[in-house]
Parts: sequence; structure tokens; C-alpha cells
Amino acid sequence: MEIISEYGYLFIILAAIVGFIMAFGVGANDVANAMGTSVGAGALTIKQAVVVAMVFEFAGAFLAGGQVTATIRKGIIDANQMVDTPELLVYGMIAALLAAGIWLLIATWFGWPVSTTHSIVGAVVGFAAVGISAEIVQWSKVGSIVMSWVVSPLMAGTLSFLLFTSVQKLIINRDDPLKYAKRYVPFYMFLAGFMIALVTLFKGLKHIGLDLNFQDSFLIAVLSGIVIAVIGAIIIGRMKFEPSADKDYHYANLERIFAVLMIVTACGMAFAHGSNDVANAIGPLAAVVSIVQSGGEISGTSATDVKILLLGATGIVFGLIIFGKRVITTVGKKITELTPSRGFAAELAAATTVVIASGTGLPISTTHTLVGAVLGVGLARGIAALNLSVIRTIVLSWIITLPAGAGLSIVFFYILKTIFSA
Amino acid sequence: MAFSSPLSVLFARSPIQPMQDHVKKVYECTKTLKPFMEAVFAEDWDRVLKLQKEISKLENEADDMKRSIRMHLPKGLFMAIDRRDLLDLLSRQDRIANKAKDIAGVITGRSLIFPKSLHADISVYLDRCIEACNFALKAINELDELITSGFKGQESKFVEKLIDELDEIENDTDKKQVLLRAQLLKMEKDLPPIDVMFMYESIDWMGGLADNAQLVGDRLELMVSR
Repeated sequence: MEIISEYGYLFIILAAIVGFIMAFGVGANDVANAMGTSVGAGALTIKQAVVVAMVFEFAGAFLAGGQVTATIRKGIIDANQMVDTPELLVYGMIAALLAAGIWLLIATWFGWPVSTTHSIVGAVVGFAAVGISAEIVQWSKVGSIVMSWVVSPLMAGTLSFLLFTSVQKLIINRDDPLKYAKRYVPFYMFLAGFMIALVTLFKGLKHIGLDLNFQDSFLIAVLSGIVIAVIGAIIIGRMKFEPSADKDYHYANLERIFAVLMIVTACGMAFAHGSNDVANAIGPLAAVVSIVQSGGEISGTSATDVKILLLGATGIVFGLIIFGKRVITTVGKKITELTPSRGFAAELAAATTVVIASGTGLPISTTHTLVGAVLGVGLARGIAALNLSVIRTIVLSWIITLPAGAGLSIVFFYILKTIFSA
Repeated sequence: MAFSSPLSVLFARSPIQPMQDHVKKVYECTKTLKPFMEAVFAEDWDRVLKLQKEISKLENEADDMKRSIRMHLPKGLFMAIDRRDLLDLLSRQDRIANKAKDIAGVITGRSLIFPKSLHADISVYLDRCIEACNFALKAINELDELITSGFKGQESKFVEKLIDELDEIENDTDKKQVLLRAQLLKMEKDLPPIDVMFMYESIDWMGGLADNAQLVGDRLELMVSR
């Protein structure tokens, strides 16, 4: 306890700095995966992608990041067992942040793919299980998190398969695809707006003072969806189409309509990514703050501080502005053969999956979910050629990232423990 | 700072454009048979040799493209088109160019002189065989639109129409071949016998151009109907 009262302020500052750096890293590195598809498919320019990401990553992080943050803060470790030595938790959380941040730097430097989510979860479980005791880890929660890592790409793939198949049946394979596109694309826009609004509202915006029941949430979500659909329909209605309808061209016209839809799903992707990944940076910070502020008492219930969410959201935006542009360009360049009619299906499926995960407090990898979604479209024969070896890359990154995050975290934990507790 | 993302690895180079480039090269090769035969009929053997070399060169280029496509289809590639279908289609396309090279080769090697009375009919016959190849080219050029439409709907109907026309042309070439052989039969006793054998073979091989083109269409039809 004394350690907390003596050094509490220092711990918070330390955690805040590292947390901000981690958020910065997420913005610089991870956002590109969420926005790269939109740029690669030609729905957004790089500049537009950065603007969309700035607004919606911030919004997602601030408005919907609370649940996942809570999981990382108090869902993985059983705080009740730590009542006697709360300072160990503080060391651990800071260590976890340091570990995840440094791993992010190392992997980015060497050009390895890295999941910020896996890093932080591995780091937290690492210091807790090895540094303190395996018993304080809530293994059932960890188990469900790991399961969600497998389920989320599968779910996104299934959703995107269904979405794209519906597009094929309703629009592309008709005798006048353009006519049906104008009619049905606004529905998909409604779907996008509705899904994301619903999950966000449903899980509550209590931290900004908006507490809604299910009916109100549903209503507002439906309204949001309608507004977006109407705006979309107006934009599409104003578009001019060359009726040269040279068969080569009428697909180009079709894609232009889907490009408008893809702008909506790009916003959704950014929002979803922000809502899920901000926790990787501020979850541990929130844990430290709550322990220090309660004078060493570990309460399992306090909601995530608004200021902390703000810090995380800002960090992401900074990282995005300073480095993100270049990285989005790099990823977007490699995404060939993706047209908006495919891209939107992948993005909508991925965004929906991620937002649902955020709503249920499950930290998942946005990138892997998006890969699953793209594969789903590929299964519907929507993409000419995909490398299945990417699955091997993903599994490899799991095998490397989890131990690396855990290992680094344990090292830093012991260092901090030695510095402050000895 | 290097950067890597699974999304960068995910999208692979599509084999469709290379397929379309290959069939274009095959058609170029086949088309050259027309000026080739004109030179043969004019008995301008220098020009015949030059054009035969040209046809051979184009066929080699097509072979190189074929090999390149095959090498860029690793096992881990997941495609909208079945891998075996694609490779089979590629083989059949390539066979057209092979046939063209064989025809040019044998006629040049023997400095084969065709009876003047047959020149016009052979020209018309060859034109029709080359037209079959043109239709195969048109059909293959629809491959990326077929993928876009998921092999269903309007696009696939359009392709099926092309394939039907291709079948008709091939039928027509068969009929013309029968007539040509009948004409040759009437004069064969008055012509050098071994030359006549090779004339029959050349006519047969020209028909082979159309047959192979029709097989290409056939394969495509199977892919569309799945």
C-alpha cells in the first residue's frame, strides 16, 4: 500500500506515457490494415482515408472502446486475489504496456506482421501467470478470448460470403445490373449504418452520460441507418452514367455505385478498429489508474475514465497522421484485384464482427478478421486469386507474438518489481 | 522501416490477364498463316521462309507465356476459377499455335505447290479456320467479366452465344474440308503422289486449327455451366 501512496503519481505518469506511445503505434501501424482495403479498391484516396480514419477511429475508440478496455483492465486477472499486493498489478500492467509497445516497434522495424491485440493479451497473461501466480489468471476468460481469435475470422468470412452472394444474385447477375444497383445499394448502406450504430448504442454510452435501453438503442440505430441510406441514395441519384454501356464499361459504372457504399463501410471499419484496438493501449493504463486512485484498493467495478479513453483516441490519431499515411499507401498498393463490389462485402462483414466483439468486450485482431472476410468473398468466387499461404503467416504470427509479448512482459515486470519493491 | 501486413500477402497476381495475353499471341501466330499461304500460292519461297520463321517465333513466344503462367500457379493459390480448368484451357489454347507452326513447317519444308484450281477454295477454308480461332480469342477475353459476374447471369449467356457461333464455324470448316478433299481426290492421279499426301495433311491440319479452337470453347462452356 505504501508503495502505491508513495509512487502512485509516478506510476500513472509512466503508464500514461507508455500507453500513449502504444496508442500511437496502433495508429501508425494497425490502422493501415483497416483502411488499406478501401484505398486498394479505389473507393478512397489516401488523403480521404486518413481523414475518415481520423474521425472514425477517434469516434470508435472514444464511444465504443469501453468494454474491451474493461476486459483488459480487469477481465483477465482476478483482482480479488491481489488485494494484499496491489502494487504488483501496477508493475505488471506497466510492464505489459512496455512489452507490447517494444514488440510492436521490433516487429515493425523488421517488417513482421504483428497483432497489437495478441501482444497485449499475451503480455498481461505473461506477467500474471509467471510473474505472480497462475491462479490469478481467469483462464476461462482467456480461453474465450483465444476462441474469439479463431471465431472472428470465420464469422467475418461467413458474413462476407453471404453478403457478396446476395449482391451477385440481386444485382450483378441481373439483366440490368445498374438499375438494380441503384435500387439495392442504399439497403446495404442502411445495413452498415444500422449494425454499427446498434452495437455501439446497445452496449451503452454510459461514460458520456447516455444510458439507453434496448428499444431506444434499436430505434436510434434504425434511424441512423435510414439517414445514411437516404444520403447514399441521393449521391447515387446524382451520379452521371455514360450509357455507352459498352459491356466493359457497364461494370465500371457498377463499381462506381459500390464505391459510394464502400465509403460508408470504410467509416465503419475505422470505427470498429478504433473501438477494439484502443483498449490495447489504455486497458493497462486504466488498470493502473484505478488501483492508484483507490489507494491500493482494487475495485472491480469502476467504469473506464473518460480522460483515459480520450488519451487513447488521441494517441491513435497522432500515430495515424504522422506515420499512418505512408503505411496505408504501402498496404493499399498490394491490394490488387479488389473492386468496391467485393471490398464493401469484406469491410461490412469485418466491421460488423469487430464491433460485435467490441460490444461483448472481446479483444480481437481486426487484421485477421479482415483477412477472413476477404477469404469469404473469395469462396464466393468473387476474387480472381488469393494466397492461402497467408493463413500460415497468421498462425506463425500467433506462435511468435504470444510468447514474445509474454516474455518481454515478464522481464519488465521483474525489473519494475526490483526497482520499486526491493 | 519495412512494413508487412497479412493483407499485403493475401492478394495474389491474377492469372487472367496472362491467359488473355497468351491467347492473343496464339491468334497472332495463326493469323500469319494467311499471308503465308498467299506467298505459297505465289510460289515466293523467300517470303514463305520469312513468314514461316515469323510463325515459329510467335509460337515460341506463346510457349514462353504458357510456361510463365504455369509457374505462377503455386499450390496455395485460391482462385475463382478451378486450377485444373485453367491449366486445361491454357493447354488447348496453346495447341492452336502448335498446329499453325506445324502447318507452316511442313509446307515450307517441301516447298509444297498446290494446284491452282484449289487456291481460292483453300483460302476461303483457311479464313474460316482462322475465324474460329478469332472466336476462341473473343471468348477467352470474356474471362475477367465472367469472374466479375460470378459465371452467371447475362455475361455467361453472352459467352454461351459466342461458343455456339464457334461451334457453327467449326462445323462449317468440317464441311469445307470434305469438299476440298473431294476436289483433291479428283486430281490426285495427275499430281506427284507424295506431295498429294502432304496436301491432304496440310488441309487436315488447317481443320485442326478450328477443332482446337472449338475445344477451347468447349472447355469454357464447361466452366460456365458449373
